[in-house]
Amino acid sequence: MTELPLIGEAVAVAAEPRLAGARIGVVTFPGTLDDRDAARAVRLAGATAVELWHGDAELGDVDAVIIPGGFSYGDYLRAGAIARFAPLMSKIIDAANSDAKLPVLGICNGFQILTESHLLPGSMIKNDHLKFLCRDQVLRVENTNTAWTLDYQAGQEITIPLKNQDGQYIADEKTLDALEAEGRVVFRYVGFNPNGSRRDIAGISNAAGNVVGLMPHPEHAVEPGFGPESLDGIGGSDTDGLGFFTSVLNKIVGGDK
Amino acid sequence: MTTETSKKFNIDTVENASKTPDTELPWAELGLKQNEFDEIVKVLGRRPTGAELAMYSVMWSEHCSYKSSKNHLRQFGQKVTEEMKKDMLVGIGENAGVTNLGDGWAVTFKIESHNSPSFVEPYQGAATGIGGIVRDIISMGARPVAVMDPLRFGAIDHPDTARVMHGAVAGIGGYGNSLGLPNIGGEMVFDSVYQGNPLVNALAVGVMRHEDIRLANASGKGNKVVLFGARTGGDGIGGASVLASESFDDSKPSKRPAVQVGDPFAEKVLIECCLELFKGSLVEGIQDLGAAGISCATSELASNGDGGMQVELTSVLLRDPTLTPGEILMSESQERMMAVVTPENVEAFEAVMDKWAVEYSWLGEVTDTGRLIITWEGDVIVDVDPRTVAHDGPVYDRPYARPEWQDAVQADTFTGSVQDAGRPAAPAELAKAVTELVASPNMCSKSWITNQYDRYVGGNTAMAFPDDAGVVRVDEETGLGVALATDANGRYTYLDPYHGAQLALAEAYRNVATAGAIPMAVSDCLNFGSPEDPDVMWQLAEAIRGLSDACMVLGIPVTGGNVSLYNQTGTTPIHPSPVVAVLGKLDDVARRTPSGWREDGQAIYLLGTTGAELDGSEWANMRGHLGGQPPKVDLEAERALGEILINASRDGMIDSAHDLSEGGLAAALVESSLRYGVGARIALQDVMDRDGVDLFTALFSESQGRAVVGVPRSEEVRFTDMCTARGFAHTRIGVVDAASGKLEINGVDALSLDALREAHEGTLPKYFG
Repeated sequence: MTELPLIGEAVAVAAEPRLAGARIGVVTFPGTLDDRDAARAVRLAGATAVELWHGDAELGDVDAVIIPGGFSYGDYLRAGAIARFAPLMSKIIDAANSDAKLPVLGICNGFQILTESHLLPGSMIKNDHLKFLCRDQVLRVENTNTAWTLDYQAGQEITIPLKNQDGQYIADEKTLDALEAEGRVVFRYVGFNPNGSRRDIAGISNAAGNVVGLMPHPEHAVEPGFGPESLDGIGGSDTDGLGFFTSVLNKIVGGDK
Repeated sequence: MTTETSKKFNIDTVENASKTPDTELPWAELGLKQNEFDEIVKVLGRRPTGAELAMYSVMWSEHCSYKSSKNHLRQFGQKVTEEMKKDMLVGIGENAGVTNLGDGWAVTFKIESHNSPSFVEPYQGAATGIGGIVRDIISMGARPVAVMDPLRFGAIDHPDTARVMHGAVAGIGGYGNSLGLPNIGGEMVFDSVYQGNPLVNALAVGVMRHEDIRLANASGKGNKVVLFGARTGGDGIGGASVLASESFDDSKPSKRPAVQVGDPFAEKVLIECCLELFKGSLVEGIQDLGAAGISCATSELASNGDGGMQVELTSVLLRDPTLTPGEILMSESQERMMAVVTPENVEAFEAVMDKWAVEYSWLGEVTDTGRLIITWEGDVIVDVDPRTVAHDGPVYDRPYARPEWQDAVQADTFTGSVQDAGRPAAPAELAKAVTELVASPNMCSKSWITNQYDRYVGGNTAMAFPDDAGVVRVDEETGLGVALATDANGRYTYLDPYHGAQLALAEAYRNVATAGAIPMAVSDCLNFGSPEDPDVMWQLAEAIRGLSDACMVLGIPVTGGNVSLYNQTGTTPIHPSPVVAVLGKLDDVARRTPSGWREDGQAIYLLGTTGAELDGSEWANMRGHLGGQPPKVDLEAERALGEILINASRDGMIDSAHDLSEGGLAAALVESSLRYGVGARIALQDVMDRDGVDLFTALFSESQGRAVVGVPRSEEVRFTDMCTARGFAHTRIGVVDAASGKLEINGVDALSLDALREAHEGTLPKYFG
């Protein structure tokens, strides 16, 4: 399929040659909103962004997949509940569970799709304050061994935008205990829990660490001048989210730390 | 299905109309006047059919025909200089104007009202306001890139305000957030004049390459006419139900919502689908369906084209199969578009529809007859010259006169009034006054609202609320971008409509320049009371005259907009509220200027001069006074100030700039400090001595043509030289103090930023939770 261009052409970033060969797919569903942004983040990190269409029957030649944010199918049913049945999703689920352990990142609506797909446990319900909330959010990186967090320091605090209506992470106590025990709580809200998520959980991973989902948006903190620091000036930097994308690149090209 | 459907109606065909000239028609119930109905009969040479009557009644309504304002609006097209025309690619009259940005880029933007629906049903009213303006932008061939929403509500403590506020904000967020369009700013005003008539205006901006500009016209005989997007339902049908004579039975749903219901997911898909159509050059002409639905789309497409159009109405996909022809023609169901497609492109068009799972139906084709012919199962129910529907509606020269009360209002100045008693003077009183000001309903932080909107999506937002203007990048390679601001001051315009409207333009212009952008174009949303009231009509005439005169001086054209009349409760009109949006251009958005200072030790300058201008001010408003004359307008000074701010931004001479408007210097100093949580030390003696004002006036006057800027030490000489060379008043009033955590103004007790922030940000949560 072909996707429409961004406003303007893709920015040609002087990528490290060893990274430019890495191909990261970005899935578009009807109602996906942050697909262009995720593709931009991939390019800014130095890799090649590959547009994927939800209706495609094959995953094609990609080294990792990002399921971006938005309101797939309007979120008119439970968020992510319809998107989960897209033809491409079954391929992504298979690839993520295969021995090759395809790295998959679900952001916001993408995280909701991953829980609906049972690649990740738990679920998201409406924010406890019942409003859409857009704010810059401080997160602590609790696990730096996943495919998407290798480039962060353990315990590092990062500031990236959060924007959603259904962001309250819930799971039963047993699941939450297991997630904690296995180190699968990857991100926690710091200072302020913006939606009532259990145990301040902002993001989690699967047992193998190749599948990560979180509600805040790292792809909106990758470019100087367009991130939290420039827009809101509350500290942090504009590019705290870039580490997600460089992490997976390092993983792909074999630069495991 | 169609046979079954047709049995439900007495189809009033053109043939039937010719044979039954004396049939009574419900034209009055549809809002037409006797003279207007007579005119329709004259134009047609016979009585209209029910379907024709439906079309004329909606297209000749105030909302669609601008019949009361048209004679005045002409000034926007007449008072235009060569300078104003040079970057205008498409002017007033299309869905939205288009301005050249250079490098092959063009930008289109427009502001519209959705006032009364937002009072009746705030969530859907506000949501569909966003939806409608976004479709106007798509219709031009552009990708929408941002929205803004100027809002005016009743008194903050009135019990009904929370209903409207919660609903409208949630509706704007719920719809806009789902489209992936960042909300980059707007306004929020509370005033009891808007209690029964809130103003919910919506602005959208889109960008395109020059070659992608699309116009709403149907040309080329044999080209196909297609309706796509949502199905047509019974929502938004105002008066059509009075055409009950069309219906045999009364079993259909009787109570239909007069307010349309939005489906943002359908709109998001429609956006992507349309852009894919444009990319493949698959449509010849395109028109969104808004007010007056299919009536408007068919008559406008046909009359803007070079021929006629033939449409079979039973081909329209319906949500409600009981709809009559008249209702189908008038339905305002959202998320629909109409396009003209060549026969060769039909297959490719259908492939795009299928990819995005968008429903469509082919309604008919373009003809060369010069007639718009609509059939119902082959029977002709509409046979009109489309121009008579879309463009040749009635035009009224409504009587207007300066209200008798205007002199008395202008004579009632704030200074010396009862409300002015006990004006703050001592340091503690002034500190209290500043805090009270920034916590007041109109000056408090709007983050309770803006935090419900996505400002990040798209990744191109370079500036948003609380900065003076929203800034969006257009071209990622060069950094080319646009800045937008909307402004209006109903109190100023009430005191003096001519100058009040100019002040709205001046402020929006100043805000855009403050961001570092070169102002290029204007879109306006003229919110007024009833044009049948000569007082209101005078306000409208004066405001349009003022605005068009000011555009000439500032050298920027009005490229589009909207007039909203009858905004009143009973016989009490709202304050005249011309909301003016100005669009500017930044060659590189990286050079934008934020409204707050950050770097310790930078010099703070006040640009412009301060007079004793408290009439109509926020301070007077807080004290319950409205009278006197609004601040003086000096458009040449605004232009000079704009040039300074733009040059300073481009050459890196300033790091922050904040315009002075409502709340004066006091508000600007607090906002510039709170923007990044960095304090300052301020001394205003030089300003007071030069301008002959006291400290209170220096802080609270709303004199125009002013801004506060933060200048790096290394740039101070260059900057002051530039101001001197241009003969523009500038005074060093202080220095940024990053360590103090305070705003210290000589003669005012020190204000801790924490306390200011608490006051500033606490107001909306206190009232709205």
